[in-house]
Amino acid sequence: MRSGQRDKGNQKTSGDYVGIDAILEQMRRKAMKQGFELNIMVVGQSGLGKSTLMNTLFKSKVSRKSVLATAQEKIPKTIEIKSISHDIEEKGVRMKLTVIDTPGFGDQINNENCWQPIMKFINDQYEAYLQEEINIDRKKRIPDSRVHCCIYFIPPTGHCLRPLDVEFMRRLSKVVNIVPVIAKADTLTLEERDFFKKKIREELRANGIDVYPQKEFDEDAEDRMINEKIREMIPFAVVGSDQEYQVNGRRLLGRKTKWGTIEVENIAHCEFAYLRDLLIRTHMQNIKDITSSIHYEMYRVRRLNENNTAVSHANGLPEHHLSAHEM
Amino acid sequence: MGQQKNLEGYVGFASLPNQVYRKSVKRGFEFTLMVVGESGLGKSTLINSLFLTDLYSAEYPGPSHRIKKTVQVEQCKVLVKEGGVQLLLTIVDTPGFGDAVDNSNCWQPIIDHIDSKFEDYLNSESRVNRRQMPDSRIHCCLYFIAPSGHGLKPLDIEFMKRLHEKVNVIPLIAKADTLTPEECQLFKKQIMREIQEHKIKIYEFPETDDEEENRLVKKIKDKLPLAVVGSNTIIEVNSKRVRGRQYPWGVAEVENSDHCDFTILRDMLIRTHMQDLKDVTNNVHYENYRSRKLAAVTYNGVDNNRAKGQLSTKSPLAQMEEERREHVTKMKKMEIEMEQVFEMKVKEKVQKLKDSEAELQRRHEQMKKNLEAQHKELEEKRRVFEDERANWETNQRLEQQKMEASRTLEKNKKKGKIF
Repeated sequence: MRSGQRDKGNQKTSGDYVGIDAILEQMRRKAMKQGFELNIMVVGQSGLGKSTLMNTLFKSKVSRKSVLATAQEKIPKTIEIKSISHDIEEKGVRMKLTVIDTPGFGDQINNENCWQPIMKFINDQYEAYLQEEINIDRKKRIPDSRVHCCIYFIPPTGHCLRPLDVEFMRRLSKVVNIVPVIAKADTLTLEERDFFKKKIREELRANGIDVYPQKEFDEDAEDRMINEKIREMIPFAVVGSDQEYQVNGRRLLGRKTKWGTIEVENIAHCEFAYLRDLLIRTHMQNIKDITSSIHYEMYRVRRLNENNTAVSHANGLPEHHLSAHEM
Repeated sequence: MGQQKNLEGYVGFASLPNQVYRKSVKRGFEFTLMVVGESGLGKSTLINSLFLTDLYSAEYPGPSHRIKKTVQVEQCKVLVKEGGVQLLLTIVDTPGFGDAVDNSNCWQPIIDHIDSKFEDYLNSESRVNRRQMPDSRIHCCLYFIAPSGHGLKPLDIEFMKRLHEKVNVIPLIAKADTLTPEECQLFKKQIMREIQEHKIKIYEFPETDDEEENRLVKKIKDKLPLAVVGSNTIIEVNSKRVRGRQYPWGVAEVENSDHCDFTILRDMLIRTHMQDLKDVTNNVHYENYRSRKLAAVTYNGVDNNRAKGQLSTKSPLAQMEEERREHVTKMKKMEIEMEQVFEMKVKEKVQKLKDSEAELQRRHEQMKKNLEAQHKELEEKRRVFEDERANWETNQRLEQQKMEASRTLEKNKKKGKIF
């Protein structure tokens, strides 16, 4: 236990240390023991670099392609939902990372309703969590398989969003946090990239699509300032790579072409670093909070209202008003 | 077959190619190129780069800048001159292809367009006056494949399967600067494998007798499908002015064969194989269309269609007679039809008028009846009133008599008292 006095300027009397701030240390230790769970879903047409980006984000082979060695990439006839879990650890912090891939999305000739299997999956995860919660005899820690974040890959056409993109994001921004990214951004020059981003932001606004970080969930001025900066950069133009090259005497992740090497973590080249910081280093907890306190709650309210009108307390189970969830 | 004879002097027909050449130069050339692919794959930029003109510029933005609800087919004609040779270039663009959520049958407008061009040519070939035969048939179709790095999409396969028998299809990998050289190789191999698997017949470069040319052709064949990058902006690289795309990590040069296959495409399309493309279109695709169309017509076996099938064997005069007769019968038929329609309309009108007349008559009767009824009522009332009156009068008279009687009685009483 880290004891000791912290010398604060506005402390009333020097001997008045109670020790309340030591709770931070207790929480930290508990969190480290428990570990974290993060569920990310990647959605986009085949060939946009989704699996590569996941590997790059977590600096290890976490995508479905690394786990299942398929010799040839065949486009599946219907959308499948593939969920791969990994336990990774860094500096004593353990994380159970689940990457949910959706091969076959948007690849068919007729893509009508291709978002339905995905919405069903997300709702199923909420349902599973709800069932666990409603249980009379429930576990101490409910396993959290809810989708915390959905990364949507926009193809780098350079012009505008396609009807499929708009349809998907409109429907899913209501049930899950969506982070749109421009895939394979090494095909756009800087001017084209800025133009494309502006067009995308306009279209998102015009269609009323609220992507993460949502404006209405900003808690205070500080949050708003940070999030505004992020909102001005959305969607991030990313390039993924899991191969290292020698550049200026350093080994960096990148893509080597005949006219130069694209450094993935160089912010002058692409915005991968911003995406990584957002998802992992700064906003991970916020993403999980919004999922559990807003998206999940909306689902729960809807579900329980349905239940009320259909079954009138048949099993005498009173409504639970849970105040806090365990993460 | 004639024997080959050795000439004993210089005759001079070796200058025939020159004569053909001069005539062609005077006549000028025509070439129609179609570009197909999803929006945002760089089709307009590539066209601008290929012909070094700004077909699509800020004033006339390319189709990609406008969002389409359905697949359109747009034509754009440009007259290009170089070294005394003029080329009438037509670019057919297909905005909206593959952009919707449901892309079933998005190839249909394109197929219809190609067929309609063939039909135009067939009609102008069969005409009596053939002085002007504009060739607007599609000579080449550049199909843009998105650089996913994996393989062909179902839409790509469907499209190429339906069009490879109608037009020369040349598949290209668009925006190839997004692929590293290794990825590009793998991708190309994968695509060629899938093309063979689905038995798609893309445009084949012809083999020639020339060794040198054959080697070039083989080199091109190894690089299929060509991976292209388009750009019309000029950038300075190592004090050289080149066309390319400026990235923070370097400049992708369009005309550098290390960077992409643009030069190969340009040379093949314009410098070496343009005439061959036109020939294949004329001899293979057009002939296929023609035989299919005419066979379908003759197969119908109906009398008035049989004549059409034997078009090519009739003399022009007879054909003119035929056409005139057809025209006259058509006109007569139309006239009869119109007369019938007219008659029918007249009958209808007469009927309507009759109906309304009957209606009016009925109403008239009705009103008359009403009137009579009212009249009777009033009569009734009057009679009642008269009766009352008569009664009242009689009553009055009686009263009066009574009064008179009583008065006289009074008088008499007065008088009578004297007795």
